[in-house]
Amino acid sequence: MSLLIDHHLLSELTAELGREVALVSATNGKTTTTRLLSAGLAVDRPVVSNTLGANMPPGHVAALGGARPGDTAVLEVDERWLGIVLRETRASTVVLLNLSRDQLDRSFEVRKIAERWREALRTSPPRQVVANADDPIVAWAALPDGVDTASTPVGSAPSWRTIWVGTGDTWRADATGCPACGGRLDFDRGPWHCLGCDLARPQPDLWLEQDTVVYRDGRRIDLQLRLPGRVNRVNAAMALAAAEAMGVPPERASAAMRDVSEVAGRYRTATIAGCQARLLLAKNPAGWREALNMLAPPPQPVVIAINARVADGHDPSWLWDVPFEQLRGRPVVATGERRHDLAVRLRYAEVEHVVAADIIEAVQVAGSPTVDVAANYTAFQEYLEVAR
Amino acid sequence: MGSPTESAVRIVQLFPDLLGTYGDGGNATVLAKRLEWRDLAHELITLESGSPIPTDGDLYLLGGGEDGPQVEAARELAQSRALHRAVERGAVVFAVCAGMQILGHQFPDARGEPKPGLALLDIQTVRLNRPRAVGELLVHPDPCWGLPELTGFENHGGRTRLGPAARALGRVEVGEGNGWGDEGAVSGRVVGTYLHGPALARNPALADLLLSWIVGALTPLDDREVEALREERIRAARQRQLQPRRSWKDLIRRA
Repeated sequence: MSLLIDHHLLSELTAELGREVALVSATNGKTTTTRLLSAGLAVDRPVVSNTLGANMPPGHVAALGGARPGDTAVLEVDERWLGIVLRETRASTVVLLNLSRDQLDRSFEVRKIAERWREALRTSPPRQVVANADDPIVAWAALPDGVDTASTPVGSAPSWRTIWVGTGDTWRADATGCPACGGRLDFDRGPWHCLGCDLARPQPDLWLEQDTVVYRDGRRIDLQLRLPGRVNRVNAAMALAAAEAMGVPPERASAAMRDVSEVAGRYRTATIAGCQARLLLAKNPAGWREALNMLAPPPQPVVIAINARVADGHDPSWLWDVPFEQLRGRPVVATGERRHDLAVRLRYAEVEHVVAADIIEAVQVAGSPTVDVAANYTAFQEYLEVAR
Repeated sequence: MGSPTESAVRIVQLFPDLLGTYGDGGNATVLAKRLEWRDLAHELITLESGSPIPTDGDLYLLGGGEDGPQVEAARELAQSRALHRAVERGAVVFAVCAGMQILGHQFPDARGEPKPGLALLDIQTVRLNRPRAVGELLVHPDPCWGLPELTGFENHGGRTRLGPAARALGRVEVGEGNGWGDEGAVSGRVVGTYLHGPALARNPALADLLLSWIVGALTPLDDREVEALREERIRAARQRQLQPRRSWKDLIRRA
């Protein structure tokens, strides 16, 4: 019942006001990309956003409640709710970053979410979709009707414009089966393509070359972000494309994105038990792979914290899809409610480690004035409260 | 095969690209390390779909996966018959969830339509009008296996019936397992289970049982860290902790 009220309120606060709305959805990076897109758009217009990551309709309604009718809304959307939120908001712009395994015990399978995305875009077509050309599942979902990457078939004009971003993402574990036909995807010979049907990597309109976003027409934008890691350059490229599609020149948008230094506590350096702890959030194998690449070099110790509550997913077997072997040669402290699962994983990865009951003990056992603390969702939220 | 040997144990991990959704790739890591830590030579061969499959492996691994890729994996294995030839030679197969389902006589595809399986296990998997089985799974093994409790996490829509030529791994204490009170299926040296976790990480005795079928008796390893995990998970299962809330899940599904 309350859900129905939320849906109606959401529509009243957006579509019925004629509000310009952009939606950002993904397995990973949606909070950061929402933040970067909001910063980019705010250079020439008022922007309202669900900055705290409450990404289902009640969170959207709460965020929009205090907004003026003319404010542009940039909304992070839980990947399972995209259809409903798109229908209620009539968003003009949809940004689709990636889909990978995450909390499988609650959201079931990656492909089912992709099917819902595809259906959502067909039911409530936006003006434009910004999509990751290097994630085949996303590409399949975002491909407009009547457009085929390999051939030009008969059919109607595309129902929306897709702006393809070449992100260079290489997460493959969820995408080797073709989302269109179930056949095999080939990543080894040229751009990815299906061996069984016409699905293939769309030609990107812009792409990343190290720290630079390169456009098909030859323009180049240096990102120079304060946020760390390759994955945040990807997020920024997606946000840049969306900002431009919504009317902000990329030079101006990227200058504003440079000022973003933390996103809802992520990348913040905080004091925990007298130690300078940098907080990193990773929720699933694809996210952990990016987080491991952001760690300070050895011998600086790493604290890893794993919970498995409702918001984390109850099944932490994904720990075995994370290349923790990369942590060999540095001290690791395992903590969080599922520290024993992590300890067994680290043992088989042959990573030296100790187990600590809580974050305070973990930081003390690490015994270093500075430490990286990488945590999954509920553990991260808990540490934001401990950290000052 | 079948007796202690000087040659390396060949572990063949099949189609992680199609059947690798639930961390079951960890089973290969566990088996390889448990051999290595005992100074037993091994060779770990990971084969994506489309690759030719060797028939001279000692132990073949299949993991869990989504409905579409599951059908593709079954199609490829049925066509090549390499796994059939390996089993005829006496190879061990350890298959989890979707991997187990395709080893049976039939299993449901994404739309619930029955698809033919490989008939290497005397089982049949069907879709019933029941909610997906998701949560901690705790199993009392059939005494014939000589194993302690089996602990893991299950996440499957189909339910599996055993034929007369298959024996269950055990009886379910917490969770659903096959769907009729038993869990897993064994025909000869072909073993299937709904246990993720991965299964062999949480149940090292099961890992060693499979390995002992190939190399004979094994020296014990220091499994104290795994014991701490097992105690915690078994206690959590008995206290019905971390069982997903069905009503909430169903709500999401309807949305």
